[in-house]
Amino acid sequence: MQVTVNGETAELADGATVADLVAHRAPGHDRVAVARNGDVVPRSSWAATALTPGDALEVLAPTAGG
Amino acid sequence: MKDPRAPDHSQARGGPLHAGREDRTEGLTQDLAPALAREEAGDPFVLGGETFTSRLLLGTGGVPSLEALEAAVHASGTQLVTVALRRVEASAAGSVMQVLDRAGVRLLPNTAGCHTAREAVRTARLAREAFGTDWVKLEVIGDERTLLPDAVELLDAAEELVAEGFTVLAYTTDDPVLGRRLADAGCAAVMPLGSPIGSGLGIRNPHNVALLREAVDVPVVLDAGIGTASDAALAMELGCDAVLLASAVTRARDPERMALAMRQAVEGGRLARLAGRIPRRWHAEASTSFEGLPAL
Repeated sequence: MQVTVNGETAELADGATVADLVAHRAPGHDRVAVARNGDVVPRSSWAATALTPGDALEVLAPTAGG
Repeated sequence: MKDPRAPDHSQARGGPLHAGREDRTEGLTQDLAPALAREEAGDPFVLGGETFTSRLLLGTGGVPSLEALEAAVHASGTQLVTVALRRVEASAAGSVMQVLDRAGVRLLPNTAGCHTAREAVRTARLAREAFGTDWVKLEVIGDERTLLPDAVELLDAAEELVAEGFTVLAYTTDDPVLGRRLADAGCAAVMPLGSPIGSGLGIRNPHNVALLREAVDVPVVLDAGIGTASDAALAMELGCDAVLLASAVTRARDPERMALAMRQAVEGGRLARLAGRIPRRWHAEASTSFEGLPAL
């Protein structure tokens, strides 16, 4: 299925969850947040949240900042 | 709380802060007594219900290297450090965070780059998820060239985040009225700029900062515009409870040394504030008595 991840089109396996996405896009990060269509997906729901075609996803991690 | 002016002979006191305490309190006005009481209690800085011994908050934006960041954090003595959330890059896994975790500082996520209340609220929610803290430095920018806050969006976002249980530290202009509105909205701290972010122009309107300090009961943290140590000292002398700075340290030629300078400036400014400066005079007032002056 086709989704948008961090502004770019991405192809993911049908039935992929937010947890799958995080494992794929943010390996090694232990402080990650995910927004799905603008709304935060709590970490506790990652494994149970299946993605649907056309989802707009943001996978975010800490960085230096003022 | 015990009367700070009451003589206390119960224990010997060491350190210059306490030398001659009884003499010093002679003739203190009622206004100064609470300040002295705080000084004697070690002058802790209470923010959002947490107590800090350092009054210097450090931003991490603009650090030239992780080594420089680590040295600066250490030299600054800071206990609260701002960080941001951005789209993940696999290559950068954890690096800045490892430094900050090692330093044992508390993290303060910001909403830098947000232009609307809606964006800022969503970013704060994401930050809460990522960092496991409901503290947020709320920043809603209204102008690209100056990065000045958008007052309307800022207040909207503050109200919503407070309602959602966030501890909101609001980056704002030096407008005392807006500061009071933010405090009334339930912000844990009001953080006026001295001048635009990263400009190093110092505190352009010290009078407004002092008025804002008077206008609110929550901590006031001078945030943005600090260029050098004297700016940080001035902020504290004006009555600010703390200073938040990033570029002044991270973009200095020697960030570690500047971090130390800022630490000492904040401490010096705080002490000067508590000590009570002399009034400004138009003309001189002799410090040496004319009494007993010989006729020569």
